[in-house]
Amino acid sequence: MAVAEAAPELLSPAEIDRAFRDPFSPSKRTRATSWILLLAALTAFPLVFTNPAVTSIGVFTMFFLVAVVGWNIFSGYSGYISIGHAVYYGFGQYTVALLILHLGITSGVSELAIVPLAGLAGAAVAVPVGLLVLRVRRHTFIVLTIAVMFIFQLLAFNFPSITGGSSGMNVTPPSWSGNNFNLPFYYIALGTAAVGLLTSWAVRRSKFGLGLLAIRDDEDRAKGLGIKVTRAKLLALMLSAFFVGIAGGLYAIFVGQVFPQFAFTPFYDLYLAVFAFVGGLGTLSGPVFGALLLGPLQQYFEIQFGATTLYLIIYGVLFVVILLALPRGIVPSLADRYRSFLASRWRRAEERRGVGGSVTAGSMIASAPGAAPSERGGS
Amino acid sequence: MLVLQGIVDGILAGALYALMGAGLTLVFGVMEVINFAQGIIVVLGAYFTYTFASHLGVDPFVTLLLTIPIMFTLGYAVYMLLLRPIKRDRVIMSLLVMYATAVVIEGVLDLIFGGTLVEVNASYGTGSVHLGALDFPNVYLLAFGLSAVLLAALFWILYHTKFGRSLRATTQNLTAAKLVGINVDHVSALTLGIGVGLGAAGGMLFGMTTPFNAASSYDLISRLLVIVILGGFGSVWGAGVAAILMLVIEDVVAVVWSPVWGQTVFYLVLALVLMFRPQGLFGRRIARAQ
Repeated sequence: MAVAEAAPELLSPAEIDRAFRDPFSPSKRTRATSWILLLAALTAFPLVFTNPAVTSIGVFTMFFLVAVVGWNIFSGYSGYISIGHAVYYGFGQYTVALLILHLGITSGVSELAIVPLAGLAGAAVAVPVGLLVLRVRRHTFIVLTIAVMFIFQLLAFNFPSITGGSSGMNVTPPSWSGNNFNLPFYYIALGTAAVGLLTSWAVRRSKFGLGLLAIRDDEDRAKGLGIKVTRAKLLALMLSAFFVGIAGGLYAIFVGQVFPQFAFTPFYDLYLAVFAFVGGLGTLSGPVFGALLLGPLQQYFEIQFGATTLYLIIYGVLFVVILLALPRGIVPSLADRYRSFLASRWRRAEERRGVGGSVTAGSMIASAPGAAPSERGGS
Repeated sequence: MLVLQGIVDGILAGALYALMGAGLTLVFGVMEVINFAQGIIVVLGAYFTYTFASHLGVDPFVTLLLTIPIMFTLGYAVYMLLLRPIKRDRVIMSLLVMYATAVVIEGVLDLIFGGTLVEVNASYGTGSVHLGALDFPNVYLLAFGLSAVLLAALFWILYHTKFGRSLRATTQNLTAAKLVGINVDHVSALTLGIGVGLGAAGGMLFGMTTPFNAASSYDLISRLLVIVILGGFGSVWGAGVAAILMLVIEDVVAVVWSPVWGQTVFYLVLALVLMFRPQGLFGRRIARAQ
């Protein structure tokens, strides 16, 4: 291997593209297969475990999944961490409860049919909220989202003629009952989560999504490059609020009651952010992992220890331990481990072939597994 | 006259909120940590006073001699154990960690004391001083006095001690402070200790003026956060002015219109101010940073 090359050979754009593609990330086919397997497993879950106590944990987990995936579309991609998404959650709950009350809806099917309106209401309220909170950045943004959430809680308390105030509202439960009560909620939420993930994926791949990532990295520079930052942030917030609103609407019908302190609750803000952080912020699969791992755990603790506030202690300690142990989230941490494992294996193989020694940029590109035609067929 | 009484009430209560908010804004200034646990810290301080005062039978003010050192140690330990290990995404990670810590403390307090509202009682607590038609409740006068003394002590520490100089240097520029040999971790831990200690002292006064339980912390933290945003993050002066301004507005609205709307107007003022000054009243605009 020559130590210094006088004139490095020029690479064609396709070669450069190949060389810079991460050779250690799973292939497209592996990814697609895992998503389909996951979807199949989640679809089969309530059919295998038919105990209503178990499926209702599943239902709440699906609600979390919808909301966390939605949360990630805004906060994960744009880097604006919202600790106030309970605004859209509560708004979705009240929208559904008020519509059912005033339209006199009684059948369960038409109750579920108006749930998309909860999403639209969430997206609509995201416009004024967004225009206010998106004026500030970083810590002020975070704190302002919390404050706005408390404003909505107070408003729900302060308009008893509309919201019922502190005595809350009742939502007529759907007419079907028994062991199959949970199933429609489960599958609707699962379907919504799948739509949410597709949206998230589409956003990630689009120019709009690239704009959001640019905002996360350096907003002023993104603005300088011609990205309409306010419009992009607001649009992302509306998309995100849509899914959180739907989660709220489904929750209101499923639980049958809406209270200001449970609809606009700081706990929900905390759950969404922690679930997304634990999974991996701004990744496609991170929020899914976070919700599927921590959602059932949250439900289990609440059922098991909910009589006292012991579950708060357990949950708080668990959060602190997870946040300190996996500061980057499960998906990025595991991806790093996997990547360095593959890289070290590849390096060892190279050493055995005697290619090691001093490495120049040209040689690295030439010998990276992604660029070597003989190894490409295998991945 | 009602309005004047509202203003007096607001100023007296505002000093108390300034004391509790000072701890929050100071901690943020030094280490960019949004201490979401400050609300429950105040309640914890109130419960300490309540327990000591009812079991030892001493005056609530005397209990501060026990409460403040305990809470200071707690703050120091929390920084060293929970906040120092955070290396990435400090602002949001530390917020989530403090949030989770607050949840744990809330759970413990609720387990021990239950949800019943309690109040710290003192023999002189119910009376008030009359000045013309105006009414100055004793408790609020004492709260105002103690807040003023503690805030003055804080300013003395900040501007007349070596530690205060280190603290201000860290606030201005963390890296430069490290370069000139300041032990930033030690300064940060001491600052969190002071912030938590001030919160606990505020808690004693809060417990004397308002019936409380563990869930009161949410109302408290939302008010304190609003005060700190309005004053501009990191500015102790700003927090003080904002606290008095907000409480005056709240109390005037409460006497003129209705107590229910007092707090809502409090938040609407925040929204209005931020439309025109996103950095708060006394904050510096954050340039290239996100």
